[in-house]
Amino acid sequence: MAAYRSAAGFQRVLHAVKHVCLSKQRCGVIICRYSTVYDPTEKTFDKILIANRGEIACRVIKTCKKMGIKTVAVHSDVDSSAVHVKMADEAVCVGPAPTNKSYLNMDAIMNAIKQTGAQAVHPGYGFLSENKEFAKRLAAEGVSFIGPDTHAIQAMGDKIESKLIAKAAKVNTIPGYDGVVKDAEEAVKIAGEIGYPVMIKASAGGGGKGMRIAWNDEETREGFRFSSQEAASSFGDDRLLIEKFIDNPRHIEIQVLADKHGNALWLNERECSIQRRNQKVVEEAPSTFLDPDTRRAMGEQAVSLAKAVKYSSAGTVEFLVDSKKNFYFLEMNTRLQVEHPITECITGLDLVQQMIRIAMGYKLQHKQSDIPINGWAIESRVYAEDPYKSFGLPSIGRLSQYQEPLDLHNVRVDSGIEEGSDISIYYDPMISKLVTYGKTREEALKKMEEALDNYVIRGVTHNIPLLREIIVHPRFVSGDISTKFLPEVYPDGFKGHMLTAGERRELLATAAALYVAAQLRSQKFLGDLRVSVVPAESRQWELCVELDKGLHMLGVSRSGNNYTVEIDGEKVEVSGEWNLASALLPLTINGKHRTLQCLLRTAAGEITLQYLGTSFKLRVLSKLAASLSKHMPEKVPEDTSSILRSPMPGSVVAVSVKPGDNVAEGQEICVIEAMKMQNSMTAAKAAKVKSVHCKAGDTVGEGDLLVELE
Amino acid sequence: MATYTLMRSSLGLLHGLKCSFKSVGQIPYGAAAGAVTQVKGLQNARGYSVNHPSVQERIEKKRQAALTGGGQLRIAAQHKRGKLTARERLELLLDPDSFVEYDMFVEHRCSDFGMEADHNKYPGDSVVTGQGRINGRLVYVFSQDFTVFGGSLSGAHAQKICKIMDQAMMVGAPVIGLNDSGGARIQEGVESLAGYADIFLRNVMSSGVVPQISLIMGPCAGGAVYSPALTDFTFMVKDTSYLFITGPDVVKSVTNEDVSQEELGGAKTHTTVSGVAHRAFENDVDALLNLRDFFNFLPLSNKDPAPVTECHDPRDRLVPGLDTVVPFESTKAYDMLDIVHGIVDEREFFEIMPNYAKNIVVGFARMNGRTVGIVGNQPKVASGCLDINSSVKGARFVRFCDAFNIPIITFVDVPGFLPGTAQEYGGIIRHGAKLLYAFAEATVPKITVITRKAYGGAYDVMSSKHLRGDVNYAWPSAEVAVMGAKGAVQIIFRGKENQAEAEAEYVEKFANPFPAAVRGFVDDIIQPSTTRKRICRDLEVLASKKQTNPWKKHANIPL
Repeated sequence: MAAYRSAAGFQRVLHAVKHVCLSKQRCGVIICRYSTVYDPTEKTFDKILIANRGEIACRVIKTCKKMGIKTVAVHSDVDSSAVHVKMADEAVCVGPAPTNKSYLNMDAIMNAIKQTGAQAVHPGYGFLSENKEFAKRLAAEGVSFIGPDTHAIQAMGDKIESKLIAKAAKVNTIPGYDGVVKDAEEAVKIAGEIGYPVMIKASAGGGGKGMRIAWNDEETREGFRFSSQEAASSFGDDRLLIEKFIDNPRHIEIQVLADKHGNALWLNERECSIQRRNQKVVEEAPSTFLDPDTRRAMGEQAVSLAKAVKYSSAGTVEFLVDSKKNFYFLEMNTRLQVEHPITECITGLDLVQQMIRIAMGYKLQHKQSDIPINGWAIESRVYAEDPYKSFGLPSIGRLSQYQEPLDLHNVRVDSGIEEGSDISIYYDPMISKLVTYGKTREEALKKMEEALDNYVIRGVTHNIPLLREIIVHPRFVSGDISTKFLPEVYPDGFKGHMLTAGERRELLATAAALYVAAQLRSQKFLGDLRVSVVPAESRQWELCVELDKGLHMLGVSRSGNNYTVEIDGEKVEVSGEWNLASALLPLTINGKHRTLQCLLRTAAGEITLQYLGTSFKLRVLSKLAASLSKHMPEKVPEDTSSILRSPMPGSVVAVSVKPGDNVAEGQEICVIEAMKMQNSMTAAKAAKVKSVHCKAGDTVGEGDLLVELE
Repeated sequence: MATYTLMRSSLGLLHGLKCSFKSVGQIPYGAAAGAVTQVKGLQNARGYSVNHPSVQERIEKKRQAALTGGGQLRIAAQHKRGKLTARERLELLLDPDSFVEYDMFVEHRCSDFGMEADHNKYPGDSVVTGQGRINGRLVYVFSQDFTVFGGSLSGAHAQKICKIMDQAMMVGAPVIGLNDSGGARIQEGVESLAGYADIFLRNVMSSGVVPQISLIMGPCAGGAVYSPALTDFTFMVKDTSYLFITGPDVVKSVTNEDVSQEELGGAKTHTTVSGVAHRAFENDVDALLNLRDFFNFLPLSNKDPAPVTECHDPRDRLVPGLDTVVPFESTKAYDMLDIVHGIVDEREFFEIMPNYAKNIVVGFARMNGRTVGIVGNQPKVASGCLDINSSVKGARFVRFCDAFNIPIITFVDVPGFLPGTAQEYGGIIRHGAKLLYAFAEATVPKITVITRKAYGGAYDVMSSKHLRGDVNYAWPSAEVAVMGAKGAVQIIFRGKENQAEAEAEYVEKFANPFPAAVRGFVDDIIQPSTTRKRICRDLEVLASKKQTNPWKKHANIPL
């Protein structure tokens, strides 16, 4: 109670200074050039509540602002100072951090609607966006749901029903059995009819849960058993269906837009084949794979499906496309997709604006012939996760430094976080969607390289190393991709950028030049007469640089801001501004422009550079220090990361893990209260919990063992 | 007692060395007394001959001898232990070619136990002294040479150190001591003890006049430990350095405790448990390179201003992350270092005692290039309360800054002093008074930022307006009050029915920065993201601050 009250006081005080901070808000982010006109006189809603958080909430608010619509944000208590809350005109707290108590809490959100008088709700994606119950409750209160009608959500939300409707609408569907499979033996019989391989999946499923691939009768029986168990536990619905498994397919989806008057359009495709664990990583529009005929065929089928379910609003029809350009209906997403910006980039339509207009009952402004493919757009999903572990295990932390590459042209960043934000365990670890645009695919890809190099993210582990590698990989560049791209290209897991000999030299030379620049600056004292003048200009440095246990002797000479570094008889010219305070290090290396980032620079010569997306640890020492270093003893680092001890005497408030749980690095393990303060104890590494030695309510002393990890 | 211990411990330390020399038939091994008698052969070989070497040749020979210290074998043994030699250390610490050596020809004057023998004399004896430059700035240095008599301290050794200390004081330049010594030169007896005392006296006289830094790079035991203890900063090298009054053997015989050298006086012990050392580094190279970096923060003397280096970090940089760093719930912890790193130049913070009394954070940083001392409560550890150790840690740091013209920036989030018998019996009253005393007497520019809690007496202590804080800011999340709501309500509204309502009233009234702001106890309530900009501007204004305390012989801090 006390905490709540004092927090309220804090809020009040913050309010007093809020005026100042509102003015510098980042709503002016460069959105790709929408061709749509915002007509403020066109009557839509006065006030919209956005039942979501993070980047999509911010995305919706931006369009609302352009349309002159007031916005209401909802937030959990840990999100009270989140960006979407600051951007909205009003904000309502809907509960504590866990999503089922806040963003999924329909009662609280309905109350927020009443309290603020919002006339419509935009659900974003995820959370309540495809929840027919929510749509019903809104309808009952006379509040518009900015999305399709309940029956469309329901029809498309069920895999069996949606497939039947699709078939009826003459949409290509995957050969399979269009009904609920009763038992394992029936499954085997059906599988035999379809022909192996087959996919057994939960009717209510999604996200890869309850899915099994079977190549023979035996695997079918087994898959049936596992899938029905998984389906029952995950969705409370063990109905299964069987269909042909399309090996090595592409995932291509069609964006559709339909109004309440029976008009529907297809807004071209998005190629979303680059995935890991069924989650998309890099998307692009258009696809390199589709020819105009296939595109039209897919688009027309998508539109006929939308019409068949009387769809209104923006929606996405997902297809699997095999190597012969046969396409099969997969499912329809009855919401705004995460990757919608790339469609906006190539068509010029603001999809959120269109959704709002449609919800208001307006007819579509465009005809199919008005929908262009202008240029090429690529989207990289920037996640707070460690790409070196299964292409991405979540990481959490505070964004100690954060800078989006917004000063570059044709770059759009959709994000809902800012410097100082916490990436917490409660929500999706997506940092942002980085979108680049170009007249050609090549141009968009080049821009993506540049944007990734200029993106500053400190404080959490992120997947930029992986994104940067994907977009320059020859297979990706040539368009030769499938949903198996990552496991095929990196069969032993992602290992970061592999340096060529030339790149290695560039990296070594940069570290050496940076070292010298820092050394020279540390000799510059302003206005101090007691400093003896070091004739630095003319000096030649002999340095020893260590990278991956390899030692390199380097000669460095300097003229102004230009450094010439000699490595094994080869010369590398490095020049730049050498601003040692900046997170970015824009350099010219042998005439080529490169942006590196210096992640760490210590007095003992350690330098960590982010180069071509991957961070490399180097150590730069003078020749003298390097030669003396050989006398230094080898040290084996003590591993304390697997043992968590109480850092202070106190009482255990909560234990968030149990033996056998997998925890991410930085994830909360337990909470210790001391002096009425709650201290969150976190895992020092990602691991499985071996044993737990405390329970809530225990009193612990300093140094007491709390939890052991494996 | 002390001497006895010294001998024992140095014997132990020298043991490895002794063996290796025995095998090759070499003789002298310094402080380890008792084996000097066998050597007679060479003693008479010298004397006047017709063609004795010229003075020039003798100079050369002596210089050469001084440069090789205890000889190649001992140098090799030193390296084998993972340690550098006295001269290698200086070469790494100082700018290239800047070292000017003093007293290369000084030899010890002991004539007992055969020490007068020529082969027992080493030009320069067991310490290398002189002056040099670190990034162009003057520094006096001594580096004890473990290869000569185990680095033991003779009268001559002490005299060499005293000479550079005297000169450092005269010209106003810091003294850095690289300690690697087995202890007193037992053969010299009281002369060695006198030498220690001469150094101690100079440590005390120099205190507050020039910065003094000790880097412990080997053994340092017995009385010898008091020289580092008197200096401003003591750094250690992990695994190869030890500091203790009496070694493990004596401890065992007196208290019957079994303890290893490392546990008793290693770097980990002193940086985490005892608070004797201020930082520990991985190895000699790492330590010396870090020392160079650290030196750049310090003024040369108490007459010199805090140094200003070239700075690339904009002075008016906004720090948006600070607006959300303090959590919504006032009981939830956050990391004060996030605030410090965000505000200071280039996120560079040289933390002092990072692993001791972690509920307070102290260290050096720069604001717009100028050195500042940072003091901050650490809500992440023990809620950032003040206790005995954190008070003493903070007080010593504040006094160093004040002595050497380094402005102090204080970040306050303190729920009070830590209650309990352990603290009361330990004397939290007099130890807590030290921090209060230090802040109150400091006349350097003092800027204070209350980030959240400033409760009770701890509020007064933490560089409050009342202790002559020059600029005191509160963030909107600040709560300046006698205590937290719950405790206060139990006293004010004792027995009253509706405690929750009473608490709400208290929170409304006191759990915010207004009560302090309306009284002028904080100068302004500021948007956190503007903190850096304001501090840089204030420091510029305060650069010409002049404030003096009343004349006194010296003050009487509650020790």
